[in-house]
Amino acid sequence: MDWQDSLEQAQFRTEVAEFIQTRLPDRYRSGDDNNDETQTTGWQADRKSNDASAKESAINWADALAEKGWIAPHWPKEYGGAGLSVMEQFIYNQEMAKADAPPVGGMGVSLLGPTMIVHGSEEQKAEHLPKILSGEVAWAQGYSEPSSGSDLASLQTRATRDGDDFVINGQKIWTSGAQYADWLFALVRTDPEAPKHRGISFLVMDITTPGLTVRPIVDMGWQEPFNETFFEDVRVSTSNIVGEENRGWYVGMTLLDFERSGISGAIEYERTIKELLKYVNSESESDTKVRDDFESIRHQIADRYLEVNVLFNFAFRIVSMQNSGMVPNYEASVNKMFGSETHQRLARTGTKVFGLYSNLWSEDSEYSPMRSSFTRDYVRSVPHTIFSGSSEIQRNVIATRGLGLPRG
Amino acid sequence: MDLGLTEMQEMLKNGARDFLENECPEQLVRDMEEDDAGYSTALWQKMAEQGWQGLLIPEEHGGAGFDFLDLCVLLEEFGRALVPGPFMSTVLGGAVPLIEIGSDDQKAEFLPKIASGDVIFTLALTEPSARFDEEGVQCEASVNGNDVTFNGVKLFVPDANVADYMIVAGRSEKGVTLGIVATDQDGVDITQLQTIARDKQAEVKLNNAQGQLLGIEGEGWEALGPVIHRYTVGECAYMVGLAQMDFEISVDYAKERVQFGRPIGSFQAIQHKCADMVTDVDGSRFIMYKAAWAISTGQPDDDTQISVNMAKAWCSDATRRVVAHGQQIHGGIGFTKDYKIQLYFRRQKRAELSFGDADYHRELVAQQLGI
Repeated sequence: MDWQDSLEQAQFRTEVAEFIQTRLPDRYRSGDDNNDETQTTGWQADRKSNDASAKESAINWADALAEKGWIAPHWPKEYGGAGLSVMEQFIYNQEMAKADAPPVGGMGVSLLGPTMIVHGSEEQKAEHLPKILSGEVAWAQGYSEPSSGSDLASLQTRATRDGDDFVINGQKIWTSGAQYADWLFALVRTDPEAPKHRGISFLVMDITTPGLTVRPIVDMGWQEPFNETFFEDVRVSTSNIVGEENRGWYVGMTLLDFERSGISGAIEYERTIKELLKYVNSESESDTKVRDDFESIRHQIADRYLEVNVLFNFAFRIVSMQNSGMVPNYEASVNKMFGSETHQRLARTGTKVFGLYSNLWSEDSEYSPMRSSFTRDYVRSVPHTIFSGSSEIQRNVIATRGLGLPRG
Repeated sequence: MDLGLTEMQEMLKNGARDFLENECPEQLVRDMEEDDAGYSTALWQKMAEQGWQGLLIPEEHGGAGFDFLDLCVLLEEFGRALVPGPFMSTVLGGAVPLIEIGSDDQKAEFLPKIASGDVIFTLALTEPSARFDEEGVQCEASVNGNDVTFNGVKLFVPDANVADYMIVAGRSEKGVTLGIVATDQDGVDITQLQTIARDKQAEVKLNNAQGQLLGIEGEGWEALGPVIHRYTVGECAYMVGLAQMDFEISVDYAKERVQFGRPIGSFQAIQHKCADMVTDVDGSRFIMYKAAWAISTGQPDDDTQISVNMAKAWCSDATRRVVAHGQQIHGGIGFTKDYKIQLYFRRQKRAELSFGDADYHRELVAQQLGI
């Protein structure tokens, strides 16, 4: 058991921290509320922005990371990544999170790339991977459907063979970032007769393909992080299938050997608590937005601090297991479940600190406490216990896959 | 950075688990609830032969010279097996103070006998005020050279009934002062308390009780710092092992117990409780080991202090949640004396209360966060 860096780890950490310190564009510094905790649409939006300075910041940051091979630090070097070890990825992710620096490359880097590295053909890798790294192509994930959320394998979007093409009809929902994306990877049903998990294929396609329509969905926090995606006779070459036909479910579940701790959450929440403490301790008597009866809230803040530390250890456990060659099982579910619920508790506690002032949504009213970040986070943290496997599903998985309890 | 046990720690853990499965069965645990001494002398000797009482004691004094984190690995197994008796009292309440501030003579006199299992110690710290801070030590101490005389009442002293010696905390005009007091003297009057865990805790009345000065007069509270850290985290280790076992028993029960034509573990309500239990057990384990690591590796004082408070705050509440779920999963049978799950529930509370419960430590965390 050791919570301290080895000498090499400490050196790498310093290297990453110094790099971020010198190269992170101003736009991404300080606690700017650009980054929605659910998506990286901050950087992704900037990348396609009409605002020249936003676009320039996005490109400069990506270029800086590209110099180190850190656009995709977890990809093998032969595919243009940095081939960082699991512990190095952990340290890299920690330092990025501490600085609140946006990761770059979105789902192309985090999901599609690794999947393609394992399952893609050489032609597909040659065509798609370099453009992900260069930032030329942004990707979105088309999995969930209106009738297929937790029960994703029940998905119905149909891809029918017609010569050398698939013709796709159906609808996806919660397609994050699709409005900024150039390409889509999707799970589609290619064999309706097969058992549900075995009739699915993993398909990639240009988002501008005729018949494909992307319509943003406004969330309850007035953001548009995701979309409905409609397929009306969308024609896609069968060479766009990744992996074997009808094995798409398993392709999509690929667990590449990259760091899966989600440590950025724990780091972000710790930073949030520290900022809250700093604010609470520095408020002057005459200008206080902190509730009068703050005494009653102190222990809740202490509890959030405890939970963030517990969460760090859960994330650390994932990395520690991977580092020893073990494959996290229920541990990953515990991590996600606990992290998402801690996030919501933290937002709730933050709103309690400011009492009536927590009504405020706007960042720049003279009355906004800490730019009203807790109020906004109170809303924006709502889906955290739902996406990427709801808390209920995670508990089911922990119980059945982890503890061997029988399925209902 | 790593979150696994070393090979040696794995051996210690597995060896202890096997040993205790054989030597500390459920029946012994139950018998000791009714037993006057509250522990098995045969088991005590076997444990000494394993080198456990001497685990922390330097080799020059007959011990194994292991570190505190290693002891926590062992204490987890003690919690798992609900080992009755004066182990923690002797090792954390006796050996640790002696190692920290004992004179060379005191170390030479007592540590080897602790290691060999020949002498039992306990720490007499808390008083009827039930405080855990320096102010709570009001028992009078009067120092004369190397001798100290104590007058007052200590309450909730573990295993005083079988201890040969107590490390007593009192207060002279110079401040908190510690002494080694033999229990076998007229000035020491021990009354057993009947407790929820059916462990041995006593009221100890000191009437001109004679002892030898331990450490420096007036500097007892600083000297107790490392002792309290280790005892507090040791209790966390015990709670983690206890909760782990409660959880395992509950999951097994959920797989076996059939209602409505299927195992109750196939119902989501039960599954979700089990998921919450394992989350709480694992979370407790790592926060406990972080504190144990901070102590063992000599992390900066502030970091160690808050780690200890965090561990006790978290483990106290988390293990309480676990044993509560354990009772609920078992339904009616869990409420009977004969079924074993209640043994864990009652013992969790004793450990939760020891050296401050969750609310006590949460307050200290809040203070250290500057609020």
